[in-house]
Amino acid sequence: MSELLQVSVIVGILTSAIRLATPYLYAAIGETFAQSSGVLNLGVDGIMLVSAYASFFVVLHTGNLWLGLLAAIIVGLLMGLLMSFISVTLKAEQGISGIGLYMFGLGLSSLLFKTTIGTVKTVTGFQPVKIPLLGDIPFLGKIFFNQSLLVYGAFLLVPIAWWVLEKTTWGLKIKSVGQNPAAADSLGVSVDRVRYVSVCLGAILAGIAGASLSISLLNLFQDNLTAGQGFIAVALVYFGGWRPVGVLWGAMLFSIVNAFQLWVQVLGVKIPSDVAIMLPYLLTIAALAITTNRGRQPAALNKPFERGES
Amino acid sequence: MPLEVNEKTARTHRIDWAGIFVNLLLPLAGILMALLIGAIMLIILKVNPLTAYAELVKGAFGSASGITQTLVKATPLLLVGLGICIAFRASVINIGGEGQIIAGAIAATWWPLTFRTWPGWILLPTTLIVGFAAGAAWGFIPGILKARLKVNEILSTVMMNAIAIQTMNLLIRSVLMDPAGVTAGTYLAQSERLPEQVWLVRLVPQTLLHAGSLIAVVLAVLVYIFLWRTTLGYRIRAVGFNPEAARFSGINVPFNQALALTLAGGFSGIAGAIEVLGVQHRLLEGITGGYGFSGIVAALFGGLHPLGTIPASILFGALLVGGDSMQRAVQVPNSLISAILGLVVLFVVGSALWTRRWTAKRQIAAMKKGEGQL
Repeated sequence: MSELLQVSVIVGILTSAIRLATPYLYAAIGETFAQSSGVLNLGVDGIMLVSAYASFFVVLHTGNLWLGLLAAIIVGLLMGLLMSFISVTLKAEQGISGIGLYMFGLGLSSLLFKTTIGTVKTVTGFQPVKIPLLGDIPFLGKIFFNQSLLVYGAFLLVPIAWWVLEKTTWGLKIKSVGQNPAAADSLGVSVDRVRYVSVCLGAILAGIAGASLSISLLNLFQDNLTAGQGFIAVALVYFGGWRPVGVLWGAMLFSIVNAFQLWVQVLGVKIPSDVAIMLPYLLTIAALAITTNRGRQPAALNKPFERGES
Repeated sequence: MPLEVNEKTARTHRIDWAGIFVNLLLPLAGILMALLIGAIMLIILKVNPLTAYAELVKGAFGSASGITQTLVKATPLLLVGLGICIAFRASVINIGGEGQIIAGAIAATWWPLTFRTWPGWILLPTTLIVGFAAGAAWGFIPGILKARLKVNEILSTVMMNAIAIQTMNLLIRSVLMDPAGVTAGTYLAQSERLPEQVWLVRLVPQTLLHAGSLIAVVLAVLVYIFLWRTTLGYRIRAVGFNPEAARFSGINVPFNQALALTLAGGFSGIAGAIEVLGVQHRLLEGITGGYGFSGIVAALFGGLHPLGTIPASILFGALLVGGDSMQRAVQVPNSLISAILGLVVLFVVGSALWTRRWTAKRQIAAMKKGEGQL
């Protein structure tokens, strides 16, 4: 274990942790918007998969990373529209529609991957960009300021999301629709429209989360690339108490554990890899059990709104 | 959810043909729409959808082996679906079918390998019970977390799936690994083959159809009796129907929800045990076959009714078998079927709105006519 305590290893773990937190941050912040408006979108993982495929496919054929990112955003938006149509317009049970969306995304991304790409290939993704001056700080520079653009974007998203939710009229509308849709409706807020926008914004961010895997972190696509990260992102929203900053802490805790288990394996410490992979999931259940944020849960979460009901 | 409608149809004594028609028509319209979108995807992939779907139907129903295969796949779908009926009726969303199947499969592998000298008539029933218990335990954990600590069961069951997969991977590479593979140096990640006396008998020789299908149908009838003819079943349905009202009438809501999740796990556990005892005869990766998710589709399609889930399971079993033969015949990956299943879920839960409104309208009309007892 002594080699784990060397400075270079700690810097390595933290650098990986910042990178690994990226998809969780995009997806979980996006889900925070959706859930704050009262819609539990459980299909995040499916959206991530199709978007990861779309951006990878575009980059593989054009070499243009920004076009790839755009493809992920468009796919995210389309799947967000599908989810909002089912859960907002048709008022379906949200948990089950989310599972439907997940199965659809898992199947579709695998179908497209097998028919249009076939084997696992790699692309050149977003490269680390060193921020002048800050990047030269010993240790910290390497950990925080020598990452790719999508990583910076994920961390910038946290204060932006906080500002939107807490300081703007739109944020107030989102939260009012999530807390008491009937009251918001009687004050002239269109519940359906606010929920559509929130779910679609969340889905677009889930799309970027998928792209961050396939064209920035891993630079490849394969079947079930996300391996359930979208579900963990949904759990992080509960863990973070529906606040962007809480989500940030959750994502960091999670990715530090994840980076740690990866480094433990790299360094050849003798624990079975299956146990190491299991750790983050055990941690999530434990975190959900001990977390005391449930009082903050949007009161109308997972409840379709119909005028004249309740 | 079509739950309210069934509630009504169950209570009136004459057969409610209009209700059955609507409950049948909307899901069928949903599956047709999903197949239509699948056809568009096929056209984009430059495959003639008519040829592809013809292969699908031929593969599932065109031969004796196709039909038996369909029934073999329908069996775990039905078993998982029965658990889903119980859980969803109690308003508990169990996404943990995959993990519960694995728990049942692990237990149903370990037990007969440990007591391999026992005769079949005692070994087989005990193995099924152990499989049920293991699945139930895997459902109990999120159940008790929900009841005691209000942990969202959707998330905890998803996490339990991942934990089960890793546990199985660990076991089939260590203590449960086939000693023959170790001796031969192949180190295949699978368990030893189970002793033959514990295998489920083949119903039709030369095919895979095994006695597990009969067990599943019997259990479907038992679940129906449990939910509609026993106090415990009534309480579970009451909790899902209106938790507030259930609480005020003295029903322990968290307890019944935890119980529903435990039972749901148990049925998925039996599904896993039967996959091991009837099909694979050993534990290996991919034992779940995705049934934990597709079982949800079957249950929803069957109107969350144990008996309705029987034809729904056969339908989706056929879709899975047909998807495989479509993959062989016209080289369309069978992931298409997963995508179609996802769309079926979306359309079925989406169409519940119309069922609900239609029922409400009918009730109002009935009340106006003066025969309105709600």
